[in-house]
Amino acid sequence: MAVAETSSGPAVAVRRSLSHAFWQRLRPTTLALIVPLLLLAFWQVATTNRWTLLIPTPYEVGQEMVDFAVGGLYDDAYSGTLLTHLLASMSRVYGGFALAALFALPIGMMVGRMQTARMLLDPFLQLMRPIPVTAWLPLSMILFGLGAKSAFALVCLGAFYPILLNTTFGVRSVDPKLFEAASMLGCRGSAQFYKVVLPAATPSIFTGLRLGLGLAWFVIVVGEMTGVPQGLGAVIMDGRTLSRTELVICGMIVIGLAGYVSDRLVVALGNRLLRWSPSHHG
Amino acid sequence: MVDASPIIEISRVSKTFQLQQQTIQALSDANLSIAKGEFVCLIGASGCGKSTLLRIMAGFEQPSSGQALMWGKPITGPDPSRGMVFQDYALFPWLTVRENIGFGPAARGLARSQVRETVDKFVELVGLTKFADVYPHQLSGGMKQRVAIARVLANDAELVLMDEPFGALDAMTRERLQDELLEIWQRTKLTVVFVTHAIEEAIFLANRVVVMTPGPGRIESDNALDLARPRDVASPEFNAVRRALGAKLHSHHGRKAA
Repeated sequence: MAVAETSSGPAVAVRRSLSHAFWQRLRPTTLALIVPLLLLAFWQVATTNRWTLLIPTPYEVGQEMVDFAVGGLYDDAYSGTLLTHLLASMSRVYGGFALAALFALPIGMMVGRMQTARMLLDPFLQLMRPIPVTAWLPLSMILFGLGAKSAFALVCLGAFYPILLNTTFGVRSVDPKLFEAASMLGCRGSAQFYKVVLPAATPSIFTGLRLGLGLAWFVIVVGEMTGVPQGLGAVIMDGRTLSRTELVICGMIVIGLAGYVSDRLVVALGNRLLRWSPSHHG
Repeated sequence: MVDASPIIEISRVSKTFQLQQQTIQALSDANLSIAKGEFVCLIGASGCGKSTLLRIMAGFEQPSSGQALMWGKPITGPDPSRGMVFQDYALFPWLTVRENIGFGPAARGLARSQVRETVDKFVELVGLTKFADVYPHQLSGGMKQRVAIARVLANDAELVLMDEPFGALDAMTRERLQDELLEIWQRTKLTVVFVTHAIEEAIFLANRVVVMTPGPGRIESDNALDLARPRDVASPEFNAVRRALGAKLHSHHGRKAA
C-alpha cells in the first residue's frame, strides 16, 4: 500500500493500478489454462502427424462430444445420452459418498475418542485400507450381484477411508487446553463432545469429506464395471470394447469436469463454514 | 476490603508426577492462604511448582497429599467460580469474540437475552466492541488475552487464576494489559492469583508476592507489599523491593542478586 503511493502522479498511478487490477483478475485463469492448452496442442500435433493411429484427433473428439451431448451427428446408441449417463454416475457418486460418510463419520469419531473402539477397530481398518477398490470388484459382484448395488458399494468403499482417517485425526488432535478452558467455564462431560470436539474437528472432517468425494469420482469407472447399463464408467467400458476411443475420451473429460465442479462447490461451502479457520481459505 | 475467612486455603499440599518410572516432586509441602480481594503473585524459576500450584487451585490437578480448599470446601475439579487465563489464550477458534465470552454463561444455562447482556457488558469492559464479531485468528495477542480475561469475568468468577498471561506479549502491550488488569481488579474486587517469572511484573501488580524455588518446588517466602499505587517502576522504593525479592529468588543456587 505504502509503496503504491510513491509512484509519480495520481493519474498514472490510477491507470497503472486499474490495468494491474485487471491483470490480477485474469491471472489465475490464464495461468490455469496454459498446461491444458499445451497438452491439447501436443495432442493435435501428434494425431495430425500420425504418430499414432489409434487415438482420434481433438476435432473428432469434439464432434463426438457434441453428438454425445445433444445428438444429431451419428445417431447411434450414445447420441444425446450424456445427461442420462452423467445423472446415473452422479447418483452413484453422491449416493455412495453419502453412505460412506454415514458409516465413516461415527466410526471415525469412536476410533478417535474411545480407546476400546480404537483397539477393537483400528488394526482391522488399517489392514483393510491398502486393498484397492479394483480388487474388491469380483467379491462385490458376488455379494451384491451385477448392477447398481455393486457399483454403489464400490464407490462407497472408495470414499470410506479418507473420511474415516481424517475424522479420527480431527477428533483426536483437539488442543487439550480447550478441554480445560471448557471445563473451567462450566462445560463438562458429554457436552464437551458437542461444544469442543466436534467444532475443533470440523476442518479435518471437512478435508476428509472433500477427499472422499474426490475419490468417489475417482473410482466411478471401476464401480461401473459391474455391468450397469448406464453411467459414464459404463460408457468408457463400452467405448473400449467397441474400440471407440473418442467415446472413451469424452467419458473421461465429462468425469474430470463433473469431479472438478463438485469439488469447487464443496470448497466454496467449506470456505463459508470454516471462516474461522486460518488454514481454510482456498 | 480483605475478608476474614480465606477464599483459598492450601495446607501441606504436595504433588508428585510419574514420568517414565521416575517420580518427580513438583510441589513439596506448600501452605498458602489467600483472602478475598487479594492480588497474589506466584514467582519463581521454571520447575518451582508455581504452575502446578495454580493448576491445583483451578482443580485441573489433585494434590498428592494435603488439602486445597475454597471457602473451606475441597477443590475437586474445575469450576466456573475459579476462572483460568492461560498463557496461550486457549480461546475457541471457531467462535467469535462475542461467542467466546458468551461460552461460559451459555454453558451454565443462562437465557439467551441474559447471555447477550452479559457479553455486551464485558466486550465493552475490555474495549473490544469494534472486534466483537471477529474470530480469534484475526486478533493480536493482546486482544486475544483481553477476550480470555473477559470470558472468565463474564462467567462470574470470584477467583481469577492467571498462568503467565502476558508472557507471550510484547513489552508495550504487556504494560497496557497490566494497567487494565489492575483497573479491573480495583473496580471489581476480584481475587487474583497471578503466576509470572518476571520480578518487576510481580511487584508492579501484587499486594503479596509468593517466592517459590525449584528442586523440589516449594514456597520460599511470602512477602506483603505495601507500596502505594499507582506504582512507579523507577522509584527507589520499587527498586528496593526488587533487590530484596531478587535475593530471595536466587538464594537457592547461591547467586547474588544483581
